[in-house]
Amino acid sequence: MDQQHEAGNLGMWVFLVTEIMFFGGLFACYTIYRALHLEAFETGSRLLEVQFGAANTAVLIGSSLTMALAIHAAQAGKRKSHIIFYLILTMILGALFLGLKFTFEWHHDYIEHLVPGFGFAYTGPYAPGVEMFFCFYFFMTGLHALHMIVGLGVLTVLTIMAARGRFSAEYYYPLEVSGLYWHFVDIVWIFLFPLLYLIGGRYAMGGGH
Amino acid sequence: MSGHIVPVRIYLGVFLALLALTALTTAVAFYDLGKWNTVAALAIAVTKMLLVILFFMHLKYSSGLTRLILLAGFFWFALLVALTLSDELTRNWTPPPGPWSALLPFLHRLIL
Repeated sequence: MDQQHEAGNLGMWVFLVTEIMFFGGLFACYTIYRALHLEAFETGSRLLEVQFGAANTAVLIGSSLTMALAIHAAQAGKRKSHIIFYLILTMILGALFLGLKFTFEWHHDYIEHLVPGFGFAYTGPYAPGVEMFFCFYFFMTGLHALHMIVGLGVLTVLTIMAARGRFSAEYYYPLEVSGLYWHFVDIVWIFLFPLLYLIGGRYAMGGGH
Repeated sequence: MSGHIVPVRIYLGVFLALLALTALTTAVAFYDLGKWNTVAALAIAVTKMLLVILFFMHLKYSSGLTRLILLAGFFWFALLVALTLSDELTRNWTPPPGPWSALLPFLHRLIL
């Protein structure tokens, strides 16, 4: 059993390394175009609503905590209602993240004409570079959101398994392996938040927005 | 069993630290520190990542093989960024070569 546990975990880590390369390509592209069009990227960054980004970071960190607590409940041999409670809490926080992202941020960007290809109408300085920044912004946050949606599907399956009493102190590996994935998606956001929202010279706006 | 059980208070501590670091990185962005803004943002992000990996993802209690695989992943990512940047940022160091005829005076001097 120990060896199976180790092998299952290792397989997930290998998958996560491929995910690092997947997102890594985008991060590398972002780094290079940021170096080439620094002013445009900083201007674009200032057009984002930092309070939503920060709030969503907190929400996602909270969902990582509840995911870890769900696994902990299984490891400690708690009743299945404990596991289900934490799993559903994780799903609620994950859905809250997506809700904030789509209904507030993306909708707001659409109204402000900041969505490339959908009536992008920013006419300030560095407009072509700003449009490129927003391409990166929507592609990176969109790919991250897609991973969140997959994660919500995984969590739904886990909740059903937990309700059927499949997990115990001896067998909780599906929870643990899915938890690794969920935390990875959290880490991607931990980098997206400063790269997209913060390092654009927010101070230049005279505090607050 | 094989799984190491992490006490709940450690999870809560990591959670609070992550929230505090999020507040810190957001606050720092509103001060003009020049190049250090980017350095601070990335340093805080890496710290948060390490907290998540070590405690939430149990890497602190994992086998050496798991750590090796993760390190290999980061190593390849570093190669990807470093080599691409080294091309992109050094393109202006040497001018593009002109037509071959521009070399003729030089060749003349070399031969004669």
